Amino acid sequence: MPPPDTNPFFRTVSFMLRYIVKRMVFAIPTLFAVSIVAFIIIQLPPGDYLTTLMADWASQGGAVEAGTVAAMRERYGLDQPIYFQYYKWIAGILMRGDFGISFELGKPVTELIWNRLGFSLLLSVLTLCFVWAIAIPIGILSAVRQYSISDYTATFLAFFFLAVPDFLMALSAMYIMSAWFGQSVGGLFSPDYVDAPWSFGKLLDFAQHVWLPVVVIGLGSLAALVRIMRANLLDELSKPYVTTARAKGMSELELLLRYPVRLALNPLISTLGWILPAVISGEIIVSVVMSLPTTGPLLLRALLAQDMYLAGSLILLISVLTIIGTLISDILLAITDPRIRLQ
Amino acid sequence: MSDTILQVRDLRTVFPTRTGLFKAVDGVSFDLKRGQTLCVVGESGSGKSVTARSILQIVDRPGRIESGSILLTRADGSITDLAKLDPRGRDIRSVRGKEIAMIFQEPMSSLSPVHRIGTQIGETLRIHFGTSKHEQRERVLELLRQVEIPRPESAIDRYTFEFSGGMRQRVMIAMALACNPSVLIADEPTTALDVTTQAEILDLIRKLQKSHGMAVLFITHDMGVVAEIADDVLVMYRGKVMETGPVEQIFHAPQDEYTRRLIGSVVKLEKKAEARTARAAIPAGTKPLLDVRNLSMTFPSGLKAVDDVSLTVRPGETLGIVGESGSGKTTMGRCLLRIYDPQAGSIDYRRPDGQTIDIRTADKASLQKVRREVRMIFQDPVGSLSPRKNVGQIIAEPLKLAGMRGRELDDRVAELMLQVGLEPSWRERYPHAFSGGQRQRIGIARAIAVNPRLIVADEATSALDVSLRSQMLDLMMKLQDELGLSYVFISHDMSVIRYMCDRVAVMYRGKIVETGDTDQVINAPAHDYTRALLSAIPHPDPRNRRMHNRFRYDASRAASANG
Amino acid sequence: MTDIVSLPPETGPSLDLRGKDMAVAGQWRLFWLKFKKHKVALVSLVVIIFMYLVAALADFIAPYDPNATNSRFTYAPPQVLSLLLDGSFQPHVDQLKMTLNTESMRREFTPDPTKPLPVSFFVPAQPYRLLGFIPMQTKLFGLANPKPGDSMYVFGADRLGRDIFSRVVHGAQVSLSIGLVGVFMSLILGVTIGGISGFFGGWVDLGIQRLIELLRSIPTIPLWMGFAAAIPVGWPPLRTYFVITLIVSLIGWTSLAREVRGKFLSLRGEDFVTAARLDGMSEIGIIFHHLVPSFISHIIATLTLAIPSMILAETALSFLGIGLQPPIISWGVLLQEAQNIRAVAQAPWLLFTPAAAIVISVLALNFLGDGLRDAADPYESVS
Repeated sequence: MPPPDTNPFFRTVSFMLRYIVKRMVFAIPTLFAVSIVAFIIIQLPPGDYLTTLMADWASQGGAVEAGTVAAMRERYGLDQPIYFQYYKWIAGILMRGDFGISFELGKPVTELIWNRLGFSLLLSVLTLCFVWAIAIPIGILSAVRQYSISDYTATFLAFFFLAVPDFLMALSAMYIMSAWFGQSVGGLFSPDYVDAPWSFGKLLDFAQHVWLPVVVIGLGSLAALVRIMRANLLDELSKPYVTTARAKGMSELELLLRYPVRLALNPLISTLGWILPAVISGEIIVSVVMSLPTTGPLLLRALLAQDMYLAGSLILLISVLTIIGTLISDILLAITDPRIRLQ
Repeated sequence: MSDTILQVRDLRTVFPTRTGLFKAVDGVSFDLKRGQTLCVVGESGSGKSVTARSILQIVDRPGRIESGSILLTRADGSITDLAKLDPRGRDIRSVRGKEIAMIFQEPMSSLSPVHRIGTQIGETLRIHFGTSKHEQRERVLELLRQVEIPRPESAIDRYTFEFSGGMRQRVMIAMALACNPSVLIADEPTTALDVTTQAEILDLIRKLQKSHGMAVLFITHDMGVVAEIADDVLVMYRGKVMETGPVEQIFHAPQDEYTRRLIGSVVKLEKKAEARTARAAIPAGTKPLLDVRNLSMTFPSGLKAVDDVSLTVRPGETLGIVGESGSGKTTMGRCLLRIYDPQAGSIDYRRPDGQTIDIRTADKASLQKVRREVRMIFQDPVGSLSPRKNVGQIIAEPLKLAGMRGRELDDRVAELMLQVGLEPSWRERYPHAFSGGQRQRIGIARAIAVNPRLIVADEATSALDVSLRSQMLDLMMKLQDELGLSYVFISHDMSVIRYMCDRVAVMYRGKIVETGDTDQVINAPAHDYTRALLSAIPHPDPRNRRMHNRFRYDASRAASANG
Repeated sequence: MTDIVSLPPETGPSLDLRGKDMAVAGQWRLFWLKFKKHKVALVSLVVIIFMYLVAALADFIAPYDPNATNSRFTYAPPQVLSLLLDGSFQPHVDQLKMTLNTESMRREFTPDPTKPLPVSFFVPAQPYRLLGFIPMQTKLFGLANPKPGDSMYVFGADRLGRDIFSRVVHGAQVSLSIGLVGVFMSLILGVTIGGISGFFGGWVDLGIQRLIELLRSIPTIPLWMGFAAAIPVGWPPLRTYFVITLIVSLIGWTSLAREVRGKFLSLRGEDFVTAARLDGMSEIGIIFHHLVPSFISHIIATLTLAIPSMILAETALSFLGIGLQPPIISWGVLLQEAQNIRAVAQAPWLLFTPAAAIVISVLALNFLGDGLRDAADPYESVS
């Protein structure tokens, strides 16, 4: 327990700061482990990447200069032991932001990924907002009107959407849009706007394109979240503090929102830790189907071509983004729940 | 003023179930007078709590009031029938918290864990008077002072989990007092608290009742509390009123058969068991069966639960260990069997051949031998029996592990079941088919199966009802005489200690503060804590109210104030 | 401290005991009684059993060889199997009439109601071995006397004129079994690692928990993609199948390990476990006599709920072209055919038949798992 007479605001802030620092320190080993996983994936295909590269060049009839090969071996430490290669690789990323070279496209990985990563992030954040905005009211309704028609409907739909894989949802949505509404769906922009600078028109065009992928990616997580919100709220509704508040003379609606819903939201925040990976997974596969300019199609292409530096970098960055997201959710949870902050 | 403020007539509250309507409250009538305390007493399931909640129409769904009237005399002299109001409507809400306030049994779960206590208390003011934030804060500080919470200025911004149980209940009371209600309904407000804390909360309620002129409807199962605080008493059983009258009459001239039995079972535990009053003293100089020296146990969390404890158990005697929650008595009991590994001290156990083994340092093989001679009875009759084994298997388990098989095993299980008062033909049944008392008997049978010499009984009766409690104690004493057992009997309840223990050790914060013959400790306690503990126990005799003149142990007050 | 005054008659037993024999009902009886109340789960159980039966008897049920091509019937639409003809029981399909659309240069098929092709049950077929060892020469159903040019594509045909129905039925073998095999691998990993974690506690536990957290915080699809893409193309189908299953269960074990660990920890503190220890039971004895019986029902529920995620993972990877590859037939491989929207627009049955198979099996498994989980602790009402 803290010294008893400190200012409560100061107390809260100091606890928060300590908590945030602690969580960030905890994230470091996770980040390290993720980088190892990404490195393993890079190393998985048989032969090192230079052999692949040379085979590739040879198949195109190009001659390989011995000097070039030696220089590249040196740069990536390919003749060194494996942990040294890892060190070279991760040091390059941390010191110089050098993720290596995509041999398939012949460009540094950094040139290829940032734009796409940005769209991935944007799409994921939009999806999360959509999922939360819809799931909470439905979950509340479902719990408050337990065993009503709307509850059963919500439950059934939730189970149904959990059973439909993302890519199937994407394909079906595209089929429905084209077969019933005569619209072709795909991409995030109309052809006219793809290379245009940002403008109001482009934004509008973006909005017209983005809603479908957002819904498609979100439905699975939405269903899961509705189930969780419903279960949490049902739990909270039977707690004695609800009776206490009722005995104070509070109206039922105020009571519902101020106490049980408020408490049911806390565990919901902590679900961000796995909703986020799910959304990012969904985003990748849906992007492939709908050919969106995000990391998904790039990753798939890189993997199919065994362009491992590109693929590994993408996997690393996607995972890092997820870990940062989880960190944010932990901090949010501490802000909203004093039990976590103070204990 | 002795006019009636709340008049309840023929109240019926029902819960629809699959098999029909369950009448939780079945035709209850009573009058609550200004400034008076009416105690509603009864066992669990008697409908006392539902009665209290019916008044404010906050019965849990799907319960509802079926008929009857609840007439409340309002501040302006008008009379409202609360039973006729819409439970979600504005009218009943203007009564809740403002004219009739309520406090509950579990102050931890009855308060929101994520809102500051100041907000929760001040909210009532906002709802009923629209008080501004600033004024709310002033008033809440004043309320916190009234309920004697130390350092109100910082306490107001704290959360419930930062307070101790007693302090939380004070917060609840402050919340209830916010709008100066004319009626306070207290639903078992001290059941979850230790006796010393209970005494303080009861004191506070009485004090505030006097200063505010409130009527108090006090729901409890504890006849001691009733005798200490009630003006009038209402005895309930299965939804019906058995008897109602002044507290003096209920205790000293009960009319109803049920009331008489209830009072009788309480009074029985007020003195030493007959089977023990005339027992021959254990000859001096007998070598102790168990000799515990300077035992200390610290948990990995740093909590020193057992702190330099020394005690002895002589053959054939019952040693009581009494203490409040957190005193370390359960941990100590578990150390005796090495369920926990104490870090320091010795636990010397004398085997029948005279050889002594230090349980604390014993190796695996000798520990296994000792554990056949020293057994344990657990507090929780539900958790201590595997729900997946039938009774025969449960009782047979220690015997099987001791190598018994076949016909001999079956006969022994049957014999044990008879010995503890269970039908041997029930051996195929699973624990879920038994009641709490029967389950505890199964636990006893398991404990005595391998002919032990010493049994550590940890709160063995506290999960049971009062009448069953004395039955269980009688059974344990019978077995003691038959089998020559010794007991270490751990309890928070002084009455069961007095009923069956030869000697008692009082534990407080991991230490034993006093040891002695039970009579001597109870009648002439040497340590101040023992005196405080004893004097805080409510005495089931309204003619001899002594709790508010009790002895207060300063260390304990300081401890609870720190929260 | 809940000392509640009560007088005889004592508070009753803790479970609602209607019927005397409930008193002697063991854990599995109670489990079944509770599960039975969950009607949707009960129906799902029937559906699941049916689907696994179909998968096991695929050779018997599928009318055609799933790899048999027929260039004549490229993208032939589903033919309706009607049971009645002229008011009597004569199962039949209408023959398909093919016309060439000169504008789009595509073949178009229309059913011709005037030419019913009779369908009969238990028709003779090429010899095959059912379940790999029972020699058979009969199929469940087929055209009564097939002539060249006759066809029976109840779910339509694909690009090469292969029968989608036969392919979906055969695909069930791989897709449904990947769930089972994957869950089995997860079970071994999860129970071992979770058990170690819960049993030893301390630093071991902390390390394993961090590992699980780590695995769960990585988005699964890219991780799977990364591993799956490393499988050499030339590997034999069976090996690919097992490696894919292993990759998929690489994530699945974490939830199981958590479940096992949580149960271990909470049960380890239960009084009845302490009592058994005091009775002199060894740790191994405690694990097998008390702990395992207590959480086996939870494990079954968790396993059931893990199967659908494995099925979904396989379909996703195969769909992307980095999981199973033709000639293996799985639902995911079938969906590869429907990868681009033009194919789907032309022949929607390519998408919707395998999709329906996936959705129904996943839905049923989820409902079943939900019901099992609700019934997993039949003693819940005790406390």
